[in-house]
Formats: sequence, C-alpha cells, structure tokens
Amino acid sequence: MAEAAHQSGQALGQALETGESPNRRAWLRFRDNRPAVVATVFLLALLVLALAWPLLSSQGDMHSESQFAAPSGSHWFGTDVHGRDLFGRVLAGTRISLMVGLVGALVSLVIGVLWGATAGFLGGRWDNLLMRTVDMLYSLPSIIFVIVIITTLEEVLQGWLQAAFGGDGGETARMLLLYAGLGAVSWLTMARIVRGQVLALRERQFVEAARSLGLGTRAILWRHILPNVFGVVIVYLTLTLPAVILYESFLSYLGLGIQPPRASLGSLIAEGAKQINPIRVYWWMIVFPAGCLAALLMALNFLGDGLRDVFDPKADKES
Amino acid sequence: MLVPLVLVISFLAFCLVRVAPGGPFDKERAPASPDIERNLKAKYHLDEPLWQQYLRFVGIGYEKRDGEWRAFEGGLVRGDFGPSLKYRNHSVNDIIAQGLPVSLSLGMLSFCFALGFGIPVGVWTAVRRGRWQDHVGSFFSILAVCIPAFVLGPVLIVLLGIKWPVFPVGLWGGPWHVILPAIALGTYFAGKVSRLTREGMSQTLQSDFITTARAKGVSERSIILRHALREGLLPVVTYSGPLLADLLVGSFVVENLFQIPGIGVFLVNSSINRDYTMVVGLVILYSVMLLTLNLVVDAVYGLLDKRVKYG
Repeated sequence: MAEAAHQSGQALGQALETGESPNRRAWLRFRDNRPAVVATVFLLALLVLALAWPLLSSQGDMHSESQFAAPSGSHWFGTDVHGRDLFGRVLAGTRISLMVGLVGALVSLVIGVLWGATAGFLGGRWDNLLMRTVDMLYSLPSIIFVIVIITTLEEVLQGWLQAAFGGDGGETARMLLLYAGLGAVSWLTMARIVRGQVLALRERQFVEAARSLGLGTRAILWRHILPNVFGVVIVYLTLTLPAVILYESFLSYLGLGIQPPRASLGSLIAEGAKQINPIRVYWWMIVFPAGCLAALLMALNFLGDGLRDVFDPKADKES
Repeated sequence: MLVPLVLVISFLAFCLVRVAPGGPFDKERAPASPDIERNLKAKYHLDEPLWQQYLRFVGIGYEKRDGEWRAFEGGLVRGDFGPSLKYRNHSVNDIIAQGLPVSLSLGMLSFCFALGFGIPVGVWTAVRRGRWQDHVGSFFSILAVCIPAFVLGPVLIVLLGIKWPVFPVGLWGGPWHVILPAIALGTYFAGKVSRLTREGMSQTLQSDFITTARAKGVSERSIILRHALREGLLPVVTYSGPLLADLLVGSFVVENLFQIPGIGVFLVNSSINRDYTMVVGLVILYSVMLLTLNLVVDAVYGLLDKRVKYG
C-alpha cells in the first residue's frame, strides 16, 4: 500500500511538472484517497440498486401473510408488520432519503450562495443587515421553523396543486414542503462560508482588474467570483447532504416527514423502534434500516472529506 | 447587545407560531362551541391585536382594569413567561422550573461524555496521522456521527436494558438512570468533537512553532500537551458553545425514548400544539443560553490564544 501511495505520489508530481490542468490534478489526488474512492463506488452501486430494484421486483409494496418473518432466503431482510419485504422497503427508503437529501441540499445551496455572495459583495451596511439576520436565525431552534413552515403552507400548497393539476396533491405538497423546510434550515452555514470567501476574493487583483475594465457588479459576481467559490461550495454541499438526510430521518421519526405507505430510512427506523418490547425483539426491523442509513451517511462523509482534501489548498502541505 | 437580540428573537418566534394555522384550543376533548372558544381566547387575550399581545407578553404598557388604567402585571421584564395554553393551571415558568434541572444534568453529563471521548480520540488520531491508529479512530468518529440518537437509543435499550439488564430502561432516578441516555445523546457529539480536534491538531502540528519546539528538543509529550493542544483545541472551543446550548435544553428523541421528564419534549410538542406562550418561553431560554455561552466561548478563546484582542 505504501508503494502504491508512493507511485501515485510520483504520478501527482509528474502531473505538476508537466503542467496538467487543475482538474486533472484534483482527480489524481482524489484517486489516492482510498476511503473516498470506496465510498464513491459504494454510493454509485447503492444508487443503481435503489433505482433498479422496482424494475426487478415488485415485492416491496406487497402485503403478505407472513408478518414479522425473520430474515431468510425469500426475504433477505425479513418482513415488517404488514408482511412487506424489508429489503425492498429499505431500498425504497434509501431512494427517498437520497432524493430528499439532494433536493434539500440544493435548496440550501441556492439560498446560501445567493445570500452569502450578496452580503460579501455589497459589504458595509447590507452585509451587516444580512449577516445579523443569519445570526438571529441561528439562535432560533430550527425545529420550530420546520414545523411552522410545514404546517402553515401545507393546506395552501395542497389547494393550489389540486387546482393546477387535479388529483389529491397532498403527497406532492408534503414532499415539496419537506424540501423547502429542510433547505430553509440548512443554508445558514453555507451563507457564512460563501460570504467569507467572497469577502476575501473581492479584494483580489483580478476582481479589481475586471472592475477597472468596466464590468458590472452582476457580471463580476457571476463570471469571476462565484466560479472561485465553487470548490468550497461543492465540498460543503457534500457535507450538507448527510446532515439533511439525518434531519429528514429525525422529522420522519417525529411523524412530520415522509408519510406512510411511503418510506424513508428514518420512518423505517421509527417503525422498527416502535416494535421494541421486552417479550420479542424484531431486531431486523431496526438493524437493517439503521445499518443502511449509517452506511449511506458514512459514504457521503468519506466522499465529502475526500473532496475537501482535493479542493482545500491547505492539503498541499501534507504530502 | 444581549437584551435587544433576545427581544428581536422573541418577537420573531412570537410572530412565527401565530402565522401557523390552527390554535391552542383545537385539540380540546369535546369540540369547543364558538362561545367557549371566544371566552377562552378572551381569557388569554388572544383576541387582541398582535402588537398588543406582544407588549403584554413583554410586560410594557397599560391596560384598563377595574375601570382604571394600570400597568401590565407579569411579563418578560418581570421574569414571567405567562401561563401555558395547553397545560392549564401551569405557568410556563413552572414547567421550565420542573424540567430544566433534569435536562441540565443530562445535558451536562452528555457534554462531558462528548468531550471526554472526543478530545483524546481526536488528539490520538492527529498524532498518529496516517497510521492504523488514525484509521481506526477516524473510522469510529465517522461512525459515531452517522448513528443518530434514535437509532443508538433503542439499540442500547435492547442490549443493555432488556437482553442483559445492566441498566434501567428508562425513567429518571438514581445515577444509573442517567448513563444510557447520556451515551445515546453524547455519542454523536463525541464523534463530531473528535473530528474537529483531529483537524485542529493536525493543522497545528504542521505549523512552524511546533517545528521550532521540536528542534529545541522539547519532548513530544510536552509538545502535544503544552504547545499544540492550546491552539489545536480552538475549533472545539468554538463548537462547544452551540453544542452545550443544544444539549442543555434537552433532546426530544432521548427524553422521549427513555421517558425522562425534561424540557426537550416540550419544545417539539408545544410547537405542534400551538402552545404559543410555551414556544416563545422555550425559544427565549434557548437563545439566552446560546448567546451567553457564545460570550463564554469568546472569553475562553482569549485565554487560549493570546493573539485574540477585543477591540
């Protein structure tokens, strides 16, 4: 392993000497980070499996006579209270958890980057106003925020969806609100980070050059500052993703998130935890969803760490 | 700075819970007739305009009582959060006074657990960076961050409460009752603290003054404990403020799982029940704690890092 690391270290050195592009250098460094590569492969495999499973098998949603069956050849993860195959349920839960996490993180990305970049670029009084707002929101417990957002807008949005598309609309409304709520509580740190970066970049010479060439504020922000913030944002995005997934599972655990018969990993764990009693322990109902959640979050964390090592300039010092 | 900030936060929370549809009297056992509901609302002054309600809550202003204009009684300025709208006959102060000591002791213990495990593991992995000790330590730190309390709690209950009954499965009593909830609550934060420590320490260990100390022949032990730790712990110190505030006001999940009579349960329940006064009271409690602890963090920062100056 040491030899392999040495060799790839050489590859990196060669890349530096021959003047490879920064992206190629980043890729070479990422490839050296074994946990990150394993995590990426695992994530991709899980994603493909979760997406393809409904095509391969329809067992997931089927009720059957065998309630609380222990794991066996026909039900790899056992069955739940309605006799549904837990393996399919866990994969469906993974799919939803991943989607909620992705969209929630993207919402937080959009709000956070816009907010932080505006504050950092305008500076002065505006900066003060915007960032004090962030400080204030930090000291409100986020759970209150989420509960209020979800309950306030649910009926409004449901009615609107019914009018626009017909049908019930309740489920779609709930999902949309979940995205909005999760995004709304997780953008604060992103805004702070982006603002700090923009504040530092604003004083750099290339921005000054762009300004002296007569470029407008918006063009400077879009073309020169935001692309430079990109690396940090990507890293932080991958670290927000597990946080959002965790928060969603917490909400589902409270009964505010995904509603049955749909399942997320959090609601599956909550179902399992409900079955705990001193007489019989249906361990598979909690071990498998929890294990899947832990594996998913760990992979995302490893990926985030790997990306940070790649994009963080301080990592240069280490090797 | 503290007082205006708390006022603004309380006003935000005050408006926020009222924006949500529904009211505190929706879930009465028998559906309240319009008359009864109007009387209830009048009793708790919910029929007044919002700004007036807020002034009454803060306790600044006058009202007509017994035919005369008199100052409000109670209110925030007199340290009174008002009556709970859901748990009648209990004031918010009563409920906080009952639950807070429990949540405080559980939170304190979890905090000690998080730091007591997190910092040593973090230092150890930073010092042994790249070797197997680092890989094992870092793996467990990440694992701890990926297991939420509502997974760890049931697992601990099943294993150590039911299968091998070492600890009681719930309730609040002697010191034995505290251990499982403290572990369930603290593990996540222990992992987080350990990751922060590792990051801070490994950056510090690469800095020039450490190289100088090494060159001067200072023992490795003294380098780590006396020189590097001081600076390497700064990220942990920063994180400790919000962490402690979070832990001290209690956790819904852990208090719910272990049936602990703290105030963490109330924060979630009161916002679902639209118990307006309760929500605002708890939000103020949390924000005062957070802001105070952040001040403490700043002070500790100054002690650890002499370069920090307060202008």
